[in-house]
Amino acid sequence: MSSTVPSTARRPRRARGRIGGHGWVAPVLLILPTVIVIGVFVYGLIGSNIHTSLQDRHNIGPSQGFAGLENYRDLFTDDDFIYSLRNLLLYTATFLVGTLCLGFLWAWLLERKARGESLFRAIYLFPMAVSFVASGVVWRWLLNNAEGDRASGLNRLFGTLHLDFLQNPWWTNERWGILAIAVPAIWQLSGYVMALFLAGFRGIPEELREAARMDGASEWQLYRHVLFPQLSPVALSAIIIIGHMSLKVFDLIMAIAGQTNYTTQVPATQMWIEFTRGDYAKSAAIGTILLVIVAILIVPYLVSTYRQERRR
Amino acid sequence: MTTDVTTDAIPAAVATRIPGERSRGVWRTVKYVLLILFALVILLPAYVLFVTSFKGLGDATPANAWKLPESWETAGWSRAWEQLGPALGRTFAMVIPASIISSVLGSMNGFVLSKWRFPGADVVFTLILFGMFIPYQAVMVPLVQLMSNLGVPSGVPSLIVLHVVYGLPITTLIFRNYYAGVPVELVEAARVDGAGMLRTYGSIILPISAPAFVVVLMWQFTSAWNDYLFALFFSTSRNGPVTIALNFLASGQLQDYSASMAGALIASVPTLIIYILLGRYFVGGLMAGSVKG
Repeated sequence: MSSTVPSTARRPRRARGRIGGHGWVAPVLLILPTVIVIGVFVYGLIGSNIHTSLQDRHNIGPSQGFAGLENYRDLFTDDDFIYSLRNLLLYTATFLVGTLCLGFLWAWLLERKARGESLFRAIYLFPMAVSFVASGVVWRWLLNNAEGDRASGLNRLFGTLHLDFLQNPWWTNERWGILAIAVPAIWQLSGYVMALFLAGFRGIPEELREAARMDGASEWQLYRHVLFPQLSPVALSAIIIIGHMSLKVFDLIMAIAGQTNYTTQVPATQMWIEFTRGDYAKSAAIGTILLVIVAILIVPYLVSTYRQERRR
Repeated sequence: MTTDVTTDAIPAAVATRIPGERSRGVWRTVKYVLLILFALVILLPAYVLFVTSFKGLGDATPANAWKLPESWETAGWSRAWEQLGPALGRTFAMVIPASIISSVLGSMNGFVLSKWRFPGADVVFTLILFGMFIPYQAVMVPLVQLMSNLGVPSGVPSLIVLHVVYGLPITTLIFRNYYAGVPVELVEAARVDGAGMLRTYGSIILPISAPAFVVVLMWQFTSAWNDYLFALFFSTSRNGPVTIALNFLASGQLQDYSASMAGALIASVPTLIIYILLGRYFVGGLMAGSVKG
């Protein structure tokens, strides 16, 4: 499929994109395998999953017939599932605020050539090279819920430092347990957000700073009114990336609390449990709900990106 | 994209300004105190992992939680190695082909979407990109069915297919952004010389793609290596990758802390080495994957 497509006849056509005039059959052929594979594995399977979620299929056998939205109605009237959604929301909010604040602070501290910058940067960033399963091993130990004399992990450290009031039952608390899972997640990904902001800072032309200084801006005014506003696209990217990761949280919970722990239950863990039970319809319905939640965050972003591309 | 955050010269004149010299000194002290404090907090779990992995069975108790080992023992490491060794081999066998195949495909896609475009390229790109963000839970139930219908064996073969397929969006994105920065004239010149699409790709684009390949291969290697979700659905502790074996080891009824911690370190060594050696590219890859190029 070498690109000797006879395109001479169409030369005068309006150039589309950056280069015009060549035939479009060859590039389409080249990308076709990917388009087919993504079409089947992403869009086809999403469709198939929605179809499954509308069936009466609650054990390994075939569907017992069409169930309409019943599976969804069951989920949204189930206190357990509502609790999962609430957990997911709390977790996402904490994870987002935590990583954005820390990442921004670190980038700001390192933004002007700090001594040992590359060392600090490496230390802040290294946790993200590690899998959630591996970091889960140590965090399960650190977040041990025993207190007082039997305390271990962080509670023990707080005791030794005479900060006993900080001791808490971590992820076993029914109301706020899920926030304990956000702690290792923040530990792991703040460095990533820092790297994003750092690149943002470094992308600001030096002339902007100079100009602001010429105008007599103080260091704080320079940051507040000149540099920070330049970083809002970076902040948006960070929110999209961290937000969609957060909504998919699964590995960390499996590694720290295990799949059957109630206090750290989220839709993804429930989906896995229903799957192992053979309740495919319910499992598929939970998957679809997760997709809708993520799409609410992602689709506007993709659409606006697409519009920008067109304008370029 | 691939912004290199290390090479950035700051004009000396800015650093040596006289006014506000004292407040600047205070600010510097505060800054370093904060930087060191945060670094210690980040390193805390690493300390625990390392120290506990060398403790004997009786030594890994709550009372000794934060202390150094009474005697440095490697029994935990050998217990962990026994359990993780075979899984490590399988993980390499899965991750290496998966990252190479998805990188090559991503490179061709990126080329076609940026430098040899066709009508509707932007729509196709956006539709491919969406695949990067979907929660895989939304396709998992029919995916298990599909893979078994296709007859792909569980374990390494299934995981190769899945990491290639679901890696395509990000590899395409990174290459596309990288190629977008290549001057159009290069491609135009080749076209004027009568080179076809594949010739142009092979002789102009591919030779300058090395930096993007490093980034994409690293990215794919790390994400496939660290994957747990697909591994859970498509393998067992007997034919699965190291994340499955590690979770199996760490969540056993007998809490073998030293072996679990040693296992976590063993399972992290390959990605950590890559990260230490090629960290600068890694950061570049992150930029490409998030900030639009």
